[in-house]
Amino acid sequence: MMWKFLLPAGVFAILVGFFFVGLSRDPSQVPSPLIGKVAPTYSLPRVEDTTQKVSSSDFAGKQHMVNVWATWCVECRKEHSVLLEIAKKNVVPIVGLDWKDELTSAQIWLAQLGNPYLATAFDEKGRVAIDFGVYGAPETFLIDAEGKVRYKHIGSLTMDVWEHEFLPRIDGRIK
Amino acid sequence: MSHMLKAISFLLFGFLFFCSSWAVDDAQPFADLSLQSRYETLTHQLRCLVCQNETIADSGASLASDLRRELREQLAAGKSDDEVVKFMTDRYGAFVLYKPPFEPRTWLLWLGPVLLLLLGVVVAVRVIRKRSLMAIDILDDSDEDRKQSDQA
Amino acid sequence: MSVELGHFALILAFTLALVQAFFGLVGSYARQEHWMAAARSAVMGQFVFTLFSFGCLTDAFLRNDFSVLYVANNSNTELPVFYRFAAVWGAHEGSLLLWLLILTVWSFAVSVFNRSMTPFFTAKVLGILGLISAGFSLFIITTSNPFERLLPAALQGADLNPLLQDPALVAHPPMLYTGYVGLAVPFACAVAALLEGKLDAAWARWVRPWATVSWLFLTLGISLGSFWAYYELGWGGWWFWDPVENASFMPWLMCTALIHSLAVTEKRGLFKSWTVLLAIFGFSLSLLGTFLVRSGVLVSVHAFASDPSRGLFILAFLTICIGGALTLYGWRAQHLKSGAGFAVISRESFLLFNNVLLVVAAGLILLGTLYPLFVDALNLGKISVGPPYFSVVFLIPMLPLVLLLAIGMHAGWKQAKFNSLKRSLLIALVVAVIFAALLTLVVFKRFSLLCFIGLIAGGWVLLSSLIEPISRLRAGYSLSAGIVAMSLAHFGVGVFMLGVTTVSTYTIEKDTSLSDGQSADIAGYTFTLLNTESVSGPNYEAVQATVKVTQNGEEVTVLYPQKRIYRVRTSPMTEAGIDAHWQRDLFVALGDDLGNGVWSVRIQYKPLVRFIWLGTLIMALGGLIGVMDRRYRSKMVAKQTISQPIQVGP
Repeated sequence: MMWKFLLPAGVFAILVGFFFVGLSRDPSQVPSPLIGKVAPTYSLPRVEDTTQKVSSSDFAGKQHMVNVWATWCVECRKEHSVLLEIAKKNVVPIVGLDWKDELTSAQIWLAQLGNPYLATAFDEKGRVAIDFGVYGAPETFLIDAEGKVRYKHIGSLTMDVWEHEFLPRIDGRIK
Repeated sequence: MSHMLKAISFLLFGFLFFCSSWAVDDAQPFADLSLQSRYETLTHQLRCLVCQNETIADSGASLASDLRRELREQLAAGKSDDEVVKFMTDRYGAFVLYKPPFEPRTWLLWLGPVLLLLLGVVVAVRVIRKRSLMAIDILDDSDEDRKQSDQA
Repeated sequence: MSVELGHFALILAFTLALVQAFFGLVGSYARQEHWMAAARSAVMGQFVFTLFSFGCLTDAFLRNDFSVLYVANNSNTELPVFYRFAAVWGAHEGSLLLWLLILTVWSFAVSVFNRSMTPFFTAKVLGILGLISAGFSLFIITTSNPFERLLPAALQGADLNPLLQDPALVAHPPMLYTGYVGLAVPFACAVAALLEGKLDAAWARWVRPWATVSWLFLTLGISLGSFWAYYELGWGGWWFWDPVENASFMPWLMCTALIHSLAVTEKRGLFKSWTVLLAIFGFSLSLLGTFLVRSGVLVSVHAFASDPSRGLFILAFLTICIGGALTLYGWRAQHLKSGAGFAVISRESFLLFNNVLLVVAAGLILLGTLYPLFVDALNLGKISVGPPYFSVVFLIPMLPLVLLLAIGMHAGWKQAKFNSLKRSLLIALVVAVIFAALLTLVVFKRFSLLCFIGLIAGGWVLLSSLIEPISRLRAGYSLSAGIVAMSLAHFGVGVFMLGVTTVSTYTIEKDTSLSDGQSADIAGYTFTLLNTESVSGPNYEAVQATVKVTQNGEEVTVLYPQKRIYRVRTSPMTEAGIDAHWQRDLFVALGDDLGNGVWSVRIQYKPLVRFIWLGTLIMALGGLIGVMDRRYRSKMVAKQTISQPIQVGP
């Protein structure tokens, strides 16, 4: 008899459980469906020298990171010093993807702030970024030797993220 | 650059952000009316990831306009609606679909309303049947009647 | 200084809430008159101190005191004085203070208008309200203090969010909160009834006006929000099924169900435990909405800056409040006995179905709103549930509800006989069908089955709600407030249905780009962009376009849509140009500057869109007249003596 009246309380208890778990999640962070899949291919002009091309095939068989950035992105400026530091460690090469940017400002940016990238692809129209499922800069992908996306970080990289999320996922050391 | 791109950095700061701008779709409409209506339906069902509570039809985010352009090109190239939707979910995940597909993890979502309605109707019918068997003229509480019908 | 006084007053209000809770509840059980009187004084004190605290914050806004963090974040010296008042509740901290203030107003009202209830019952209600307000004031003091100082003071403030710099949005939060918080009164009454183990017709009669007033404010608040979204957000929509909107709509549905269920409990002494449950659900959903909006567990346009500690606090509060009430319900509801019977076809049956369908509607909105959270919490990925889901699924309970409404409002208590009404109802239905056919086939020349059914349902309800007043007047009877209220509210539902159905099926929308002198056509109207010019407001710069609208060469109107850039927050805002007419709106919004004097422009033709807000306004008016019913006032005065201690259930 009484259980019937306790039903609402029971349902509510389950809801509270979900809310509690929900509090520790960020609903706006959307995980990439690309993880574990082959990374998109691209061939774009190189920011440093637009007569050259940067292609995904250049990095075939090599682990590397792809960092999406732009000069209009405030967070990217913050992130830049972290990228320089990571590049100095020489663990994996970083490929830049300059997203929906102006070429000259991008060139000035790299000249002034330093260039952590092995090469930077210039994605003026944002078409390659769509293939990568980019929805905000900065974003950073880790691509393994088989060309599969192993990890994606949304937002600014920090040394902490580098050490805890990227390093453990990198196979051995190349070079 | 567009104001909306600034929104991205706001989002990443974790600040509150109102996506206050909206888009006028300035692309030339398709000459083919059925293509245009498919385009409109699709853009109104896809969620923009930058201003996460807008469709890519309405969002002023620059990503939304890129995606609209992509969609137009694909439709013009003769891709089906399913192919276009798959293109989007392959890249951005099921999050972009405002209308989630019917799959195991959304069974409860889609069947829930019908189940709720059935449950409600069953309860209502039972209550009405029980009450209709009682003497209608008796207005005051009569515990004996109630107990009997409860057991019935 | 006044800022510290405001903070201090808030802390005093918190302690008074504790006093109110303790003396109210313990005094009622111990049967101590003096204790219960102390609870009433505490209510008064709490109200005064919260009002004072609110006044101090307002004062800080008026003085541009940017040494207060909240003021610095939400105001600016350029902000017009009018909006500085609104800025007080323009963000999280201040809006909570408003919430609390409104709760103390409601509590104060309960402590004044309670003559038909026993002092023991009133003391319990006040005690429970005290617990709620203690929880809320503690929440403000510990996690969301609007009086926090910013030292050194900012030289200039960050301005009020431009979206909120609008007259409708000044009034929207107070209205909505009055509705949300008002639901605390039926909630407290339900809990008090469970504690006493007794619930009678007098209880229902007393709770009804409280529920109706809350419902009235909820209706107005939600409509105002929707109206604002329509003209301010720039895309001409009026409802987006956003989590925040859903969070306000669910309590409304619950409150609507509660009002109807209370009618049955009052008139027939039936559905007692169900009524109590609805009263608990109503306030629970408004608390839940607060949690969803302020904890950051869902993505929403209107989300407040979220903070995990706030989320955790509200969740704990929610668990105690709702969990406590529902557990008490599980324990005591079985003692609330209803004995009477009714026929299969009777007003009771119709109202039962009304309740079931409204609760199903609220339930499916809850399901859809929370589903992404469920999926995420179970690590099944991220999904979205949006308008395409809700607008389809919502029809499942709503269409039957409206169709039943047309008949049900005429059903008599105990056993309904429709013999005399069959003819009128049938005539109304036939007229509705003809009207729907004319509208779809002749006026709009495009048939849609769903729209056709929607129009029939809307038209039928509208006409059906007129049957009773007309037949009464014809027979020479006067109309009681109750009948006018019911007929008006249901008439409003019909008007609303017609508006929603028509506008969602027959809106014509065109996105185009225009330069000076160019024009675009929709629905027989020609929109010509005459020129664009710069104008500046007190705290914004704007581009204003002049758009002339003509029909068959004759001028219909001239519209001035604006695109504003507020100086401080630099976010672009659209002020649509709208020509309102009872049968259609013409809508122009300015998009982006495409260069060379070319502007992207959205033009819309929205038939019967005004019916949406006209409908809700009529519903609210019905509610207002319902509250005015003499029946409630006379009964309130009638029973003044203190009855004997009430037997608490076994």
